[in-house]
Amino acid sequence: MSDLSTILQDSVVDAYRHRRPLQILGGNTKRFYGRQPSGGQLEVGSHTGIINYEPTELVITARAGTTLSEIETVLAQNNQMLPFEPPRFGAAATLGGTVACNLSGPRRPYAGSVRDYVLGVKLLNGKGEILHFGGEVMKNVAGYDVSRLMSGAMGTMGVLLEISLKVLPRADDECTLIMELDEALAIRQIAHYAREALPISASLYDGNRLYVRLCGTARSVGMAKLKIGGDQLPLNDSFWSRINEHTHAFFDSPQPLWRLSLAPYTAPLKLHGKWLLDWGGAQRWLLSDEPAEKIRAAAEQAGGHACLFRNGDREAEIFHPLPAKMLALHHRLKHAFDPHGILNPGRMYKEL
Amino acid sequence: MASDKNDLLNELYRLLPRDSVLHETEDLHPYECDGLSAYRKLPLVVVLPETVEQVQAILRLCYAREVPVVARGAGTGLSGGALPLENGVLLSLARFKHILEIDPDNRLARVQPGVRNLAISQACVEHNLYYAPDPSSQIACTIGGNVAENSGGVHCLKYGLTVHNINQLKVVMMDGELVTIGGGGLDSPGYDLLALMTGSEGMLGVIVEVTVKLLPIPQRAQVVLAAFDDVEKAGAAVGDIISAGVIPAGLEMMDGLAIKAAEDFVHAGYPVDAAAILLCEIDGTNEDVSEHILTVHDILKKSGAIEIRTAKDEQERLNFWKGRKAAFPAVGRISPDYYCMDGTIPRKSLPQVLKAIADMSAEYKLPVANVFHAGDGNLHPLILYDANIPGELQRTEEFGGKILELCVKVGGTITGEHGVGMEKINQMCVQFNSVELQQFHAVKAAFDEKCLLNPGKAVPTLHRCAEFGAMHVHHGEMAFPDLERF
Repeated sequence: MSDLSTILQDSVVDAYRHRRPLQILGGNTKRFYGRQPSGGQLEVGSHTGIINYEPTELVITARAGTTLSEIETVLAQNNQMLPFEPPRFGAAATLGGTVACNLSGPRRPYAGSVRDYVLGVKLLNGKGEILHFGGEVMKNVAGYDVSRLMSGAMGTMGVLLEISLKVLPRADDECTLIMELDEALAIRQIAHYAREALPISASLYDGNRLYVRLCGTARSVGMAKLKIGGDQLPLNDSFWSRINEHTHAFFDSPQPLWRLSLAPYTAPLKLHGKWLLDWGGAQRWLLSDEPAEKIRAAAEQAGGHACLFRNGDREAEIFHPLPAKMLALHHRLKHAFDPHGILNPGRMYKEL
Repeated sequence: MASDKNDLLNELYRLLPRDSVLHETEDLHPYECDGLSAYRKLPLVVVLPETVEQVQAILRLCYAREVPVVARGAGTGLSGGALPLENGVLLSLARFKHILEIDPDNRLARVQPGVRNLAISQACVEHNLYYAPDPSSQIACTIGGNVAENSGGVHCLKYGLTVHNINQLKVVMMDGELVTIGGGGLDSPGYDLLALMTGSEGMLGVIVEVTVKLLPIPQRAQVVLAAFDDVEKAGAAVGDIISAGVIPAGLEMMDGLAIKAAEDFVHAGYPVDAAAILLCEIDGTNEDVSEHILTVHDILKKSGAIEIRTAKDEQERLNFWKGRKAAFPAVGRISPDYYCMDGTIPRKSLPQVLKAIADMSAEYKLPVANVFHAGDGNLHPLILYDANIPGELQRTEEFGGKILELCVKVGGTITGEHGVGMEKINQMCVQFNSVELQQFHAVKAAFDEKCLLNPGKAVPTLHRCAEFGAMHVHHGEMAFPDLERF
């Protein structure tokens, strides 16, 4: 547990004065994600410690360098959890990196994303000013929602120092059901379940089988089991964790891994490659050598977007290109926080 | 000024049909205030466009002429966010009242901003879906206003605020450009502008379309009413329920004065001699509800409730809620005027804050009825006053300001769901320091560099904070030592 706020502030002030770009580094577990980092390293990984955690308030506040593993261990001791089930991609994964990347796991469509649980942040802007937005209460509409704006901004507008999150109790019981279906039917089936008020916490289609995870009281999971049917995954199976951490066999490939974010009911897209549909169809993984333009066009036509999540050319654009008007707005907003463009420049978009 | 107005009117008539432009004093009066009626002002002109193109044309015109614009939905807001500017255009979205599309398979509804909150759920009921956020004004308030204020309601502990329940916005920027924020999936590329727009109080853009998320209607909802002889015990029970791992759909608390007022008004069957009541609603699957209701019942008993009732049927459940939902008008019956605060605090500070409010109530000689969204620590103290007694409104405002400052002091916020608007602009100087306020202004400038959208609301100027005398001093240093102070 150590507070490096002042040291980090001095580094950013110095970089601001000399217009020297910085790359923000936490646990170094998500370096593969986004565009190739550049600039001097600003290490936030040692800025650690849980500052406040009161189970009855359902809130935890920790420094950005605190590991997810430490946070999730403490929460589990109180039978609570991070509801967005973040992937770690390595033991050193930090809270700051998780929020900066806004990465959520299988529970996301049913419980919400990282940004949905962010209540407040303390950050360093690109001038080295320490600012505090939001707080530790569930409802807060004073000022613009800068805390959530920082989620997924890849550190391009601020260095996260502290984050407050809402947490939730864990469910008593859990079980995963498996059914063999074709893709179109699986998509329809997921949509059908989602309108039924069933205690579902994850649903995934691997090309042959539909996996549905139930979470709730033992009685409600029991009832849902009867309603949905299918085979049961053994309780000790690490299936969801392997999916979340990309250690599942599907992800074992040097091919470009695309993440398509679509409305869940979108019909199967006609793109060559290997598919895995998570988030009830709203997050579709595609291993494919198809040209980026073709994949992006197909995602866009379906009302979604595509990101080159892993592998491929990390110097090129990774995230879905923004319309000109939108990109201009992003520039102005980035400038509002980071006037000299020193924070993770180019990590998200080439010119941001 | 008069010729400026005439020029503006002539140009507006070129863009809009005659009946979409109001400028005679008697036509302007209905727009002079929102739900915070203590603040009134007549706008220069009111426009009532019907199409997105008209909104774009109006904003292009105002941008070119540098005329400020205040957007307005149903005008039910409680913080003066839609208070007109006397030199500005009041842009009413009241004619945008169509539900454009319901997509049951993706559980989305695409609606115009003037659609009423409750109308969305009513339109979706045939698909067994509903829109979760339920501000108490839901029969009247519109979704555009809900987004602008990031409205909550009694069910946000479990289902979140507006920001958690929308997918996409179409927004007209001050220069007249139309942008789409968010998307069809669960996220969109780039910065999370959906979060930034939500709760931005009409300062960043004009919302012309909203896509909301829909949820399946819970199989069952059940409510428990518990009476306490002591407010602190009721407050402690709230924490006990949460730590037992139960997330109620709603967890509301009322104090003695609010209970009596509500009971006299709607006869909900409340125990009028109780010091506080808790209403705890559990929803979900049949099985979850059955189990959690038992858990809650046990906890309430252990927490010292003097009476516990579970609604025996849907009629009684609605009746229990009727008293809570009628709490504001009920208080309105026992006092000529009341002033509603919206501070939010960590739940553990509830006893301390309640005690301080009671002490200040005695000091200011102004009674207070307390109604809370206890589950999420959102207080609604209603200060009872009489606007006809000279000086009483000022005293009330001062008292209200002190309550908000106390909320900040215990680690909470000046507004949980009603917004800053005009009302809490001074308290923003207490919650945020000058560097933070400057950052807010920089964000606004990124969207609206001429500062024409709802100027003067939500984020105070440093000058204003200096005048208010409550500039937050950070580490004992003034951030702008060269700025004049009064």
